[in-house]
Amino acid sequence: MFESLSERFEGIFARLRSRGALSEADVDEVLREIRLALLEADVNFKVVRDLLTRIRERCIGLELSKSLSPGQQVIKTVHEELIGILGGQTLRITYASKPPTVILLAGLQGAGKTTVAGKLGRWFRQAGRQPLLAGADLQRPAAVEQLRVLGAQAGVPVFSQPTDPVAVAVAARAEAERLGRDVLIVDTAGRVTVDADLMDEVRRISEAVRPDYTFLVVDAMIGQESVTTAEAFHATLALDGVILTKLDGDARGGAALSIKEVVGRPVAFASIGEKQEDFDVFHPDRMASRILGMGDVLTLIEKAEQNYDQEVAERAAAALQQGRFTLEDFLEQLQQVKKMGPLQSILGMMPGMPKELKNANIEDSEVARVEAIIRSMTPTERREPDLINGSRRLRIAQGSGTDTKDVNQLLKQFKEMQKMMQPLMAVTGGRVGKGKKKGGRGGGRVTPKGAIAGMRELRKMQAMGGMEGLTGSDGKLDPEALSGLAGAGGPGGLDSIRESLGLPSPGQRGR
Amino acid sequence: MTLVVVVVLLAVFVMVVGGAVLVRSRRYPELEPPDIEAAAEPLLAADHDRLPPPVVTPEEAAAVEAEALGLPEPPPAPGRPRIRDRLGKARGLITGYVGSVLSRSSIDDSSWDDIEEALIRADVGVATTGTLIDNLRQRVKSDSLDTPEQLLSALRDQLKADLAVEDRRLHLAETGTNVWLFVGVNGVGKTTTIGKLGLRRAAEGNRVVMAAGDTFRAAAAEQLQTWAERVGADLVRGAEGGDPGAVVFDAVQRAAARGADLVLADTAGRLHTKVNLMEELRKVHRVAQREPGVVSEVLLVIDATTGQNGLTQAREFAEAVGVTGVVLTKLDGTAKGGIVLAIQAELGIPVKLVGVGEGPEDLIDFDPDEFVDALFAA
Repeated sequence: MFESLSERFEGIFARLRSRGALSEADVDEVLREIRLALLEADVNFKVVRDLLTRIRERCIGLELSKSLSPGQQVIKTVHEELIGILGGQTLRITYASKPPTVILLAGLQGAGKTTVAGKLGRWFRQAGRQPLLAGADLQRPAAVEQLRVLGAQAGVPVFSQPTDPVAVAVAARAEAERLGRDVLIVDTAGRVTVDADLMDEVRRISEAVRPDYTFLVVDAMIGQESVTTAEAFHATLALDGVILTKLDGDARGGAALSIKEVVGRPVAFASIGEKQEDFDVFHPDRMASRILGMGDVLTLIEKAEQNYDQEVAERAAAALQQGRFTLEDFLEQLQQVKKMGPLQSILGMMPGMPKELKNANIEDSEVARVEAIIRSMTPTERREPDLINGSRRLRIAQGSGTDTKDVNQLLKQFKEMQKMMQPLMAVTGGRVGKGKKKGGRGGGRVTPKGAIAGMRELRKMQAMGGMEGLTGSDGKLDPEALSGLAGAGGPGGLDSIRESLGLPSPGQRGR
Repeated sequence: MTLVVVVVLLAVFVMVVGGAVLVRSRRYPELEPPDIEAAAEPLLAADHDRLPPPVVTPEEAAAVEAEALGLPEPPPAPGRPRIRDRLGKARGLITGYVGSVLSRSSIDDSSWDDIEEALIRADVGVATTGTLIDNLRQRVKSDSLDTPEQLLSALRDQLKADLAVEDRRLHLAETGTNVWLFVGVNGVGKTTTIGKLGLRRAAEGNRVVMAAGDTFRAAAAEQLQTWAERVGADLVRGAEGGDPGAVVFDAVQRAAARGADLVLADTAGRLHTKVNLMEELRKVHRVAQREPGVVSEVLLVIDATTGQNGLTQAREFAEAVGVTGVVLTKLDGTAKGGIVLAIQAELGIPVKLVGVGEGPEDLIDFDPDEFVDALFAA
């Protein structure tokens, strides 16, 4: 499992805190860690080298700011550098003045071209266009068949004929014109870059249909080969962008960075799931954190989104906000969390978890015990645990097959937890209030200090576009207000909350 | 004590998720797209091949496995190809570093840097490369090696030693109906591998049944069917979106009834991070074990272009279904497939087969010596 970069840095920087600026030796030590992180993220070796040279220049003599730890500051620099490469611009499709707008998909075998073709078809249809899919992969058995099924699912017609790929593409273009389809998406066969014949074939397809956009479909799991592949395809086809697939796994996708750096073409679209709607225009800034190994929380949230019942989550959020998170809510959340898989693996994904906790052996049967105890309470008891006296305690213990000791412990922990949650309630409360009326608070019990800090924080994050908040903005959450949390998650616990709050919506998927 | 930990962690967790959901729901309301679904026009009927409505739910919409293969005429096979012949056109990379190491008169820091870089660029991974280099440094010291040639040959030996295992054969149980289960993430070449391996086993006189356990991806069964026809193997398939366990079970039953030697069971590509899909895979494995089935091999198919994520894949799949061997595919491109070194070093799972081309005969037994020599071929 990855320790997040910031965690690793904390160790290195712990002894540097008192100093005013970073020396070369300090920076080099940190750069080694960054190098490791980038290489493990499959960023191309050459790209890593160039990147480190640039970061080194920026970091040496960097004056340490008061609000950021040296570690945060370096990460911020790295993060900025990564975003710089990934290029903030999101691709906008310009449609051809004389339709159809032709889009050519190329890539290695198994990258996901055919699936992407189907997804793109759906995407264009949703954008109000009339796409046509052309199946020019006549090599893999049943590839055209697959495209037809996908087309049917997306509600997009498919054209193909068993002639030869170039002829299919040409005929598809004529067909699109005839039928008045304004976007033509051409799926081609996968090929290895060293195969001159196949590369020549895709070049001929390209020449025949003169695509407005040529996209290279790349598997997010690809390793050091990404650059060789992209260079070869770029030399043959002049790429316009990259479509990154299988981003829903836990590969960190250094390829996105490598390809952008080497051929200068950005990731235009990304595929983040098996459903056809799990596909959208790509926002590159999100990738920077992921590549740095700080993106586990993204996976976590995505997992939560997949498995969490939206209503239940909203109820919990509302409860939190109003400062009345009861055992009942807790039980409900527990059910949801259980759906996401073994507790252990979920905890592993949480950033900033101290190692001891990450490695703690947590059996899911423990969760079952907690559940049993709560279920043995009456609804009133769940809402007002203070009611629980000796005899009620005994009844609950007997009902759940546990000990009064366990019941006590649970109640005590729950109380602690409620206390810990106060700051968060303040933050979220402030947040909501802002939306409603300026300066007001959303209601509920709010500690003024936390609320102000929270609002400052959130406003800042909004101004910075969300992700920046992650790299350690100077408007940190008030450490005091959150000290309870720090006890639970270590200093990283704060980061995790901040990170989660600062996330942009992966929700380009909202469409 | 663990009870305490559970509660605390859940608390933190609930806050993270709750907070995120809350913030998200507040922040992006204006991004809600209009209900396009409702406005969508009925699609053009003219040239659209009307398929029967797909049985698959949208969730099960495809995950591509673009597994290519050389179509109709199998090229004349002058004996089995060797890794070296195939990697020949793709070498260069390591060769460059080799040249650079050899150009120096002694072993210095740059030599070590070159070796490190070469290994990392072959996707061996930072950790495994580190261990390898540490071992190599010790060896250089203890054997007092001082020429670049000696260094390179020591590296070569080291790599071969790291890859060496006693047994990398594909096993068949004596009794029962043998099942070889193929697992892996999307698009690595599972179906193609089954096709090629089926052809090979059939040529060796085995009676093979293929189980189209990928009921998930559109047209996966059709792809396997093409292969089955070519191999002359029985194909058992289910409805698209159906239960893969049932398909495998039926295949075992049919194989037993017809006295076939081996069931090659395909599974849908799945990312190892999807809990429910990994559960499904466990179930398929359990069902395949049911009398008279004996799962004698679980083969993890990995694409040679895979980077460091390959190690995580191997770990997760091994934990779920006890992987017994790796099939390294698409080694005929420029990719080096160094991740198998990491997989073997960390998890002790040996590579058993490699795919070195698109032709049916291009699936060969893995030979570590050839693999390593090919990396260094000058």
